[in-house]
Amino acid sequence: MSQIVASADFDTKVLGADKPVLVDFFATWCGPCKRLAPVIDELSSELAGKVDVYKLDIDQSPDIAARFKVSSVPTIMLFEGGQMKAKTVGAVPKQQLMQMLQA
Amino acid sequence: MRQPCERGAAFMEEDEMPDGASATGKLYDVAIIGAGPAGLTAAMYAARAGLDTALIENLSPGGQMAQTEHLENYPGFTLSTSGYELSEIMHGQAEHFGVQTIYDEVVGAELEGDVKTLTLAAGSLEARSVIVASGARPAKLGLPREDELTGSGVSYCATCDGNFFKGRDVCIVGGGDTAAADAIYLSRICRHIYLFVRRDVLRATAIYHNKLEQLDNVEIVWNTVVEGLLEEDGAVSGVHVRDRVSGDERDVAVAAVFVAIGSVPNTEFLDGKLELDQTGHIVAREMGDTSVPGVFAAGDVRTKMLRQVSTAVADGANCADACANYLLQHQS
Repeated sequence: MSQIVASADFDTKVLGADKPVLVDFFATWCGPCKRLAPVIDELSSELAGKVDVYKLDIDQSPDIAARFKVSSVPTIMLFEGGQMKAKTVGAVPKQQLMQMLQA
Repeated sequence: MRQPCERGAAFMEEDEMPDGASATGKLYDVAIIGAGPAGLTAAMYAARAGLDTALIENLSPGGQMAQTEHLENYPGFTLSTSGYELSEIMHGQAEHFGVQTIYDEVVGAELEGDVKTLTLAAGSLEARSVIVASGARPAKLGLPREDELTGSGVSYCATCDGNFFKGRDVCIVGGGDTAAADAIYLSRICRHIYLFVRRDVLRATAIYHNKLEQLDNVEIVWNTVVEGLLEEDGAVSGVHVRDRVSGDERDVAVAAVFVAIGSVPNTEFLDGKLELDQTGHIVAREMGDTSVPGVFAAGDVRTKMLRQVSTAVADGANCADACANYLLQHQS
């Protein structure tokens, strides 16, 4: 299972990580987010040790969502070395997320 | 819940996968592509008919139904039923009868002959028949910068993204049920909502018309097409619209554009192997028969007049029955 990252931990766990980090900006009430959730969980276990995977609840962490100008859920962002490297919007198949990681 | 054993192949590197190997190594009676209401119903009926049934889904069950906030018109369910809940119920029901769900993406298909082969993102799968229920996705406006601005003001899901535009002026493009339902939903959140309708009437079901008329902050703009997206600091700042009757053009300041102009069938993986109509939907008869024997189509992906959960489940049941009959006649 992928863990939810709190606002207070975002800078250390995501921006300060020594490996790539995938963050799923989601909302509990969003249909496509629910459809994507199992895919995110799967990526989390498959990529364990190589890529950290977190979920960020935009209602719990509106500050982080605003900081990265998230205006659609789900939005999936890839961070590397403290920088946002890529993002994709909407519930997308696992393969598409893998491609984003490999790009 | 997901079956980890079904996903083994997904973890393999490409060179670890033996040539021509099947991800599951077995021949199914029927492979159903897509676990929306059509595919879920087809799967349940197929399993109950004694068919060894694989249901292939690239996200999680439910399709577009799972993204519907409230299903108001599915018989027997109340106003508060969410599409997501109903998806879980339908999936549980299908698995109860022995359907095997495989979480993968179908990227190619060989459909001729007695054994059909589906190419998956991880491996392949063989079946004696196929039901295509791959559904549809929201159509795009086809405007420059639309993709870049998706998630930055361009949205195809009002119930997902409406909250980001609380108290702002927004617009909806479209005149069907989705556009009307979006307008009603957004009227509770946004300040002013322009509903840009291409024609001079709404295609939306009558029940929506009265509701829309009662909303002070929804402005229906008839005969109008959106021809451009305006952008400021990487986000939508407005739209350029044209009146189709007068020819007048103008810019309208909005923070978001909700696109609700219909859907596009998911048929890319078929690569021309089934007959499609001009809009890209699979040509299918009453029972779902397509141009290729042993291949059936159900739900939003097929030719039909009314695309609803209720008609999708009917398609699914028909297809499974036709499929069982086909297999009886083609026993190997």
